[in-house]
Amino acid sequence: MTVQDLIKSLDLTVLSGDEEALSRPVTGGYCGDLLSWVMGRAPQDGAWFTIMSNLNVAAVAALTDISCVVLTEGVSPDPALLERARKENLALLQSPEGAFLLAGKLYAMLHG
Amino acid sequence: MSQGSGFITERYIVNGDDFHAAGSASSAMKKLLRSIGVPPEAIRRAAICMYEGEINMVIHACGGEAEVSFDGEYITIHLADKGPGIENPQLALKEGYSTATDEIRELGFGAGMGLPNMKRNSDELEMESVLGEGTTIVMKIKV
Repeated sequence: MTVQDLIKSLDLTVLSGDEEALSRPVTGGYCGDLLSWVMGRAPQDGAWFTIMSNLNVAAVAALTDISCVVLTEGVSPDPALLERARKENLALLQSPEGAFLLAGKLYAMLHG
Repeated sequence: MSQGSGFITERYIVNGDDFHAAGSASSAMKKLLRSIGVPPEAIRRAAICMYEGEINMVIHACGGEAEVSFDGEYITIHLADKGPGIENPQLALKEGYSTATDEIRELGFGAGMGLPNMKRNSDELEMESVLGEGTTIVMKIKV
């Protein structure tokens, strides 16, 4: 499964990320808003579901090598985060749905 | 940067007054290690260690310095700050213990995971802290 597949399946809005970023594999996922917790536990090539929307999200995403960030509950990124995500070609996505539902669907697709 | 026969050393300054810039040293280190062919999993562990160190130096110590070296077997990260020091290092290494302010917590940090993350992702961690003088942390990550 790629980020692009995830976007289609979960009906996500793309806020940033070019074709290359959206072609990255998604092999797992993580839900969390405490950045250090995410930093220590999020799996490489995972999709990260969060309501945290500040600039540090981009740093955590890049350093953990996750494949995409999904802002849940309709949360919008801070302008600084959006700018950094575009600059670093991070797949930053958005959904009006909550993390429970989105992660549940991803789990079913990966392991169902 | 010095480089030669598989040995590399790089120094980074961690700016203490820009919380949002935290991660720039980790990011630069990651690029450097990738450019010399260090395996991705070791880079990931080193990046987590470095980032947590950066965040700690910004939150608690008004910045500091980091030196990263790679000798072909270990990535060594040496962090040094002139902050207030850690009153109880053993407690600080426990998950969930934090002295960060509410403002920091609102940004998603201060969960008491910084030092535990550094310990978990390194093969060796040595910490020396003197109250009123600063803290030094040396982490080794086996490649």
